[in-house]
Amino acid sequence: MSLNLLASEFQVVRDDTRCIACQVCVRQCANDVHAYDAESDVVYSDETRCVGCHRCATLCPTRALTIRLALHEFRPNANWTPAALYNLYKQSQTGGVLLSGMGCDQPYPVYFDHLLLNASQVTNPSIDPLREPMELRTVIGRRPGRVEVTQGPEGLRLETRLGPHLVLETPILFSAMSYGSISYNACLSLARAAKECGILYNTGEGGLHPTLYEYGPWTIAQVASGRFGVHPEYLRTAAALEIKIGQGAKPGIGGHLPGEKVTADVSRTRMIPEGTDALSPAPHHDIYSIEDLRQLIYALKEATNYEKPVGVKVAAVHHIAPIASGIARAGADYIAIDGLRGGTGAAPTVIRNHVGIPIELAIAAVDQRLREEGIRHQVSLIAGGSIRSSADVVKAIALGADAVYIATAALVAMGCHLCQKCYTGKCNWGIATQDPYLTKRLNPNIGVRRLANLIRAWSLEIKEMLGGMGLNAIESLRGNRDHLRGVGLNEVELNALGIQAAGAA
Amino acid sequence: MCGLIGIMDTSGAYFSGHDIVAGIAAMEERGNGLGAGFAVYGCYPQYADCYAFHVMYPRPESRPQVETFLRQHFSIVYAEPVPHRNVPDLLCPPPIWRYFLRLPSFLQEERPGVDEAEYVVHKVMQVNTAGLGAYIYSSGKDLGVFKGVGHPGQIAEYFSVEEYSGYLWTAHTRFPTNTPGWWGGAHPFGLLDWTVVHNGEISSYGTNRRYLEMMGYRCTMQTDTEVITYAVDLLVRRHGLPVEVMARVLAAPLWSEIERMDEPERTLTRTLRQVYAPLLINGPFTVIIARHGEMIGLGDRIRLRPLTAATAGDRLYLASEEAPIRLLCPQPERVWTPLGGEPVVGRLRTPWSAQEVPLEAVSRYAYAM
Repeated sequence: MSLNLLASEFQVVRDDTRCIACQVCVRQCANDVHAYDAESDVVYSDETRCVGCHRCATLCPTRALTIRLALHEFRPNANWTPAALYNLYKQSQTGGVLLSGMGCDQPYPVYFDHLLLNASQVTNPSIDPLREPMELRTVIGRRPGRVEVTQGPEGLRLETRLGPHLVLETPILFSAMSYGSISYNACLSLARAAKECGILYNTGEGGLHPTLYEYGPWTIAQVASGRFGVHPEYLRTAAALEIKIGQGAKPGIGGHLPGEKVTADVSRTRMIPEGTDALSPAPHHDIYSIEDLRQLIYALKEATNYEKPVGVKVAAVHHIAPIASGIARAGADYIAIDGLRGGTGAAPTVIRNHVGIPIELAIAAVDQRLREEGIRHQVSLIAGGSIRSSADVVKAIALGADAVYIATAALVAMGCHLCQKCYTGKCNWGIATQDPYLTKRLNPNIGVRRLANLIRAWSLEIKEMLGGMGLNAIESLRGNRDHLRGVGLNEVELNALGIQAAGAA
Repeated sequence: MCGLIGIMDTSGAYFSGHDIVAGIAAMEERGNGLGAGFAVYGCYPQYADCYAFHVMYPRPESRPQVETFLRQHFSIVYAEPVPHRNVPDLLCPPPIWRYFLRLPSFLQEERPGVDEAEYVVHKVMQVNTAGLGAYIYSSGKDLGVFKGVGHPGQIAEYFSVEEYSGYLWTAHTRFPTNTPGWWGGAHPFGLLDWTVVHNGEISSYGTNRRYLEMMGYRCTMQTDTEVITYAVDLLVRRHGLPVEVMARVLAAPLWSEIERMDEPERTLTRTLRQVYAPLLINGPFTVIIARHGEMIGLGDRIRLRPLTAATAGDRLYLASEEAPIRLLCPQPERVWTPLGGEPVVGRLRTPWSAQEVPLEAVSRYAYAM
């Protein structure tokens, strides 16, 4: 093997005056950065292995460790950046597709950060959520265009019967993360937090572990191209079903779960052999056009007696508006759209960083298109792909989403430090790993507490923002782009988002 | 802040504009002279079966074009400028015409089964969105909206409002906050035989507007009130919902209240809230909504704008304050403050019909001709 041309990405700075050689860092690092030399009673670090997850620095009892970027400076070159060079070194060394975890980290514009919200002053009162009712309840599902009421002998009679729908106490759901890509404890934390918060979590394409069946009413069960873990009981247990066509981190390609993460338990849940790579196909092999999707939607509805909403998840791509229109007309109860920055456990870096469009633009385009076609009410819209804060939630809903999917934010709440190495199975935070030595680091009791805290805190902030705008129900914000203004956007972008520039009357 | 008042005689007896002008003028504090208006039901008995279009021409040169359009799509029974007096302080009143229209005879042959109301709404929207600088702001049968930029007294004098008669009147004085004071932006807003006067600001405007646009309405008056007009038209006329059900959509009960309801009311209310979520009117508002035979007062669900109701004999009074009611009727039988979201509905004891116009009412109309 030739010389490894890669320099380390991080430096591990150890303050020797603080280090007591207790070896916590040695035990905590699954990447074997730290090593103890008993003879000299000193802990050494090999920073070439460091992924920057901060596990050691966070747990170091004497705060002796600091992780910093390794500043190996190349001759300045605006074109051949260090990242471009490192990718070439890696690729020429391995001959393989470069992988990444989590979402696109490239500096494309983040439109949420160019949107500003409105607030009431004088002419209509802002509403104080601490003293007045403030409603975040969100209902996901198909709606008819009208309600029919007849005058019967005993008063009004409702003739309209609504189809199945999901009721959320706040417009947030935990997005799809499979058992396999994340640990059982992480799945359990999500399920319990969803129940506690009155929202739903999503199985991803990993099937449902039998011990999680009791959280069925708070579970969205995914049916993806690999059909991993899909069986009648799985469909019957969940509150809703979701056909996964694509995801924001890797539009156009299938799922990748490295064999290292397919343990006995994962293999049983997914119904695949232990230790094999779980590669779901790029397309569903029974869906080659919209009418095939319609058949699958209705097959799932038939299988569950039309008692459960069936949604379709797609990645935000160039023609997302007509795609969403087709999905709505194919009979989906909701459409989940995952933007460019949506996360993943493993994706080819080149796909992750270069395919798709930002979720903000996708929401705006889809909402507008469905309205122009007069079918917006027929389908709910769930937006995901990097919702980082309650402000992003509010902005997404004002652009036209019914609710948002969060996953990266939920992982961060459980301890994730976004080192982007999920695909290695060596997650030091016990989240994106199946190694029992690592998974036990995530205590589900603490995980559920932190997740529920996050949902609660965001909900409180959403209420404050709503009240400031003079609204007391989340449905009055939906598609209400009058409450958004753009800063630092050109006219094309403002038009695409359907908003006015800040300063416009 | 705005002021509004509505008076209805539920026996159908006609009364002049004197009371309504005095009533709205008594709430001077609630307006600032940037908009006032009146709606009267029963004012055109001679043309009771005709759609009475009031058309405002901020760009006067657009009139021939609009009239050509009206001739193409209607048969014009009579047309004239809306009579007015000279009120020196009024700033640039635009020319205003009224047209009494019937549907063209060829319509049923060319488009059998066409819904008459849909047809009229479509034509109104077509003119108002054409960018001509012409706005049809009153389009019902046997009713008229008279409005403009000025104090209520000035607008009343300008249009000689006191000389019209009707069995139902509403009026408005405006203190505009969110949109400029222009003649089209004054209240009442009218579409077919609906009129709406509104006090408040609709924070949910964007949501309401975009839903109504999806349903074929076009918002052209640069003000939030017209969404209420269109929402009411959609719910009551097009979807055939009773007025009380409509009120439950615009001022929907809280989810916590819905959960406490008994069946079947709970399912009905929950269904309404789910299906018509985009029509929840959120933000402070009081409205008086009227159509032939019916006057409805409604406030927002957490009552951020005032509404007082009173009855005296056959008369129902609705107003922003009790003062104008006491001015017109010192001893009402009952005065009360309706709860937020609870509609007050006045109805004619015998339903209104364009065909049964009392003959003596016709002579009252002689002035305008």
